[in-house]
Amino acid sequence: MTTDYHAMWQELGLNMPQHDTLMAALPAIFGNVYLGQPQRPQGMGYYDFVVSEIHGLRVKELVDHKAKGGKVFGNFCVYVPEEVILAAGGVAVGLCGGADFSVPVAEQLLPRNTCALIKSAVGFKLGGTCPYFQVSDLIVGETTCDGKKKTWEILDEYVPTYVMDLPNSRTEADRALWIGELKRFVDKVEAVTGNRVTTESLGDAVQLVNRKRAALQRLFDLRKARPSPISGLDALLPVQISFYDDPVRFTQKLDELCNELEERVRAGRGVAPASARRILYSGTPMPIPFWTIASLIEATGAVLVAEESCTGTRLLAGGQTAMPGGGLAAQLAALANRQLQTNCACFTPNDGRTDDILRMVDEYQADGVIHFSLSFCAPYNLEAVRVRQALQKAGVPVLVLDGDYSEEQAGQLKTRIEAFVETL
Amino acid sequence: MLTAGLDIGSRTIALVAWDGSQTVREEVVDTGSDPYRSAFGLLAGQAYDRLVATGYGRHLAVERSLACEVITEIKAYALGAYHLYPDVQTVLDVGGQDTKVIVVRPGGGASQFEMNDRCAAGTGRFLENMARALGMDVAGFAAHALEADGMPVRLSSTCAVFAESEAVSLIGRGEDSRRVALGIHRAIATRLAGMVRRVGPRERCVFAGGGALNPCLRQLLEGELGLPLSVPADPQTVGALGAALYAFTRP
Repeated sequence: MTTDYHAMWQELGLNMPQHDTLMAALPAIFGNVYLGQPQRPQGMGYYDFVVSEIHGLRVKELVDHKAKGGKVFGNFCVYVPEEVILAAGGVAVGLCGGADFSVPVAEQLLPRNTCALIKSAVGFKLGGTCPYFQVSDLIVGETTCDGKKKTWEILDEYVPTYVMDLPNSRTEADRALWIGELKRFVDKVEAVTGNRVTTESLGDAVQLVNRKRAALQRLFDLRKARPSPISGLDALLPVQISFYDDPVRFTQKLDELCNELEERVRAGRGVAPASARRILYSGTPMPIPFWTIASLIEATGAVLVAEESCTGTRLLAGGQTAMPGGGLAAQLAALANRQLQTNCACFTPNDGRTDDILRMVDEYQADGVIHFSLSFCAPYNLEAVRVRQALQKAGVPVLVLDGDYSEEQAGQLKTRIEAFVETL
Repeated sequence: MLTAGLDIGSRTIALVAWDGSQTVREEVVDTGSDPYRSAFGLLAGQAYDRLVATGYGRHLAVERSLACEVITEIKAYALGAYHLYPDVQTVLDVGGQDTKVIVVRPGGGASQFEMNDRCAAGTGRFLENMARALGMDVAGFAAHALEADGMPVRLSSTCAVFAESEAVSLIGRGEDSRRVALGIHRAIATRLAGMVRRVGPRERCVFAGGGALNPCLRQLLEGELGLPLSVPADPQTVGALGAALYAFTRP
């Protein structure tokens, strides 16, 4: 960052010494992981810039948005609809934690056997080291896993937290429940922003988000090529950044990157030889700056070709949201229909996820699957049992791992990942 | 051609040299506090055409130009066990600080594996600490346990550190130290058997690593698994052997 944002950070109420420590550490981590890679597409320059400005430029944009009366909605799940937030003139920001840095402060309050994503996010709020938390006017939680469900009760004491009630199943009754929750969320967003969500404004917002989704889908489709035109590490950045960047600018920049990747595919130019092992990741999301798994996989010489996760193709489940006529009720139903195709392990049954994984093995020509879920994440660790069985039955090599964001256990993961790639 | 495999573990470093038809050198030293120094000392005075490193310190060996390539302990143990037992199906390696179970394919490649490198309670270090707490070395501790007449005394602690003080206080209260020693071995054997069962025990199971030198552990494991265990003459060098063999086959 060339601009000095200290005054802004101070104004937002950040814990300045702690935040300075975090900001000092990040460039070296990013450099070590990212900048040594060969053949990086030119288009990655934008994402490198965004990371260098991680608590800077975008935060400034949100501060300016608020100065004009705009509202910011922090959230932790792809089921919280950015479309509704945008339709009311709000901005959505993903707050999932991906850093070990903020975990210790969370452990002063939360049980240690809570997943790292929750501890990291809560730690960012408690420790005052995240400006995105500070600019959020409302935090939107959801009843996905037990960990999150009970954490919202605690977080609400630090920042107003609204909870969407996501059903456990996807029957007709559950669908109706979720549509009801979308309606209730519309009411809440209108109350917070002071703006109406109209058929037109929601239609525009759906179109905008559809364009972002289309650009992301393009990125994933291009990664199906052999050799892959982009590393898994590089492809992960736009996905992680999609959760908080300005959606219009993000889409434009991603399309530029995809144009470059298309050229590469045409020329048969890859970031690794065509003979390099191709790995499919499946499991819990990898929020920024959690780059460890991708980094360990690609350090072996293998290429991470796709992720079946919310920082991956689960984000794109259901494709483009339909835009029916018939008014707001029909639009919300179409939104719900698209969303409910996201096969998260918080649902039961969730056999569609295994189908997704097997299909992706095929589409991305994966030589093996690495399933990673955060330790203490019951839904994903338990679902891994049947995912493993299904993959073994289909003759697909699979490694099942669990872990956290810490440096300490990176060594253990490294050995397992190396050993797995050796077996392929 | 002369190749070598260097297995840099947390407690021991093993070196095996291979000339294409037989092992010409086999040595195990303590890792000590400076693995590089200990490994360097082991290699001094003999040049090898190719040296492959494995184990916990494998990347260090390459970084410091002791080895030209690395393979994981999984691959190394599978290859080493396959060389010694061509019909091997599972390898159980009990090391100083980790334990692993490896399923071996025909041909010597590893397929599935399970590792425990997060909890000391199932490792050689646990046995060492317990032996020392009772004033013995590991060999003596195992022999002592084998003398037990009666049921093993169960420990309630699962933590390697707390179990130590529990064992000492049990003996202080008059429990037979042989039955306590047997109970300690039993606790580890149960953990290890659990790990083997997760990958599925198979007929030809090779028991390797420092833990395989322990006759009490071997006996208890064979009982728990209902399988005979094959123990190589030198169980601590199986990984280094695998690395040396791998080095020989590289183009």
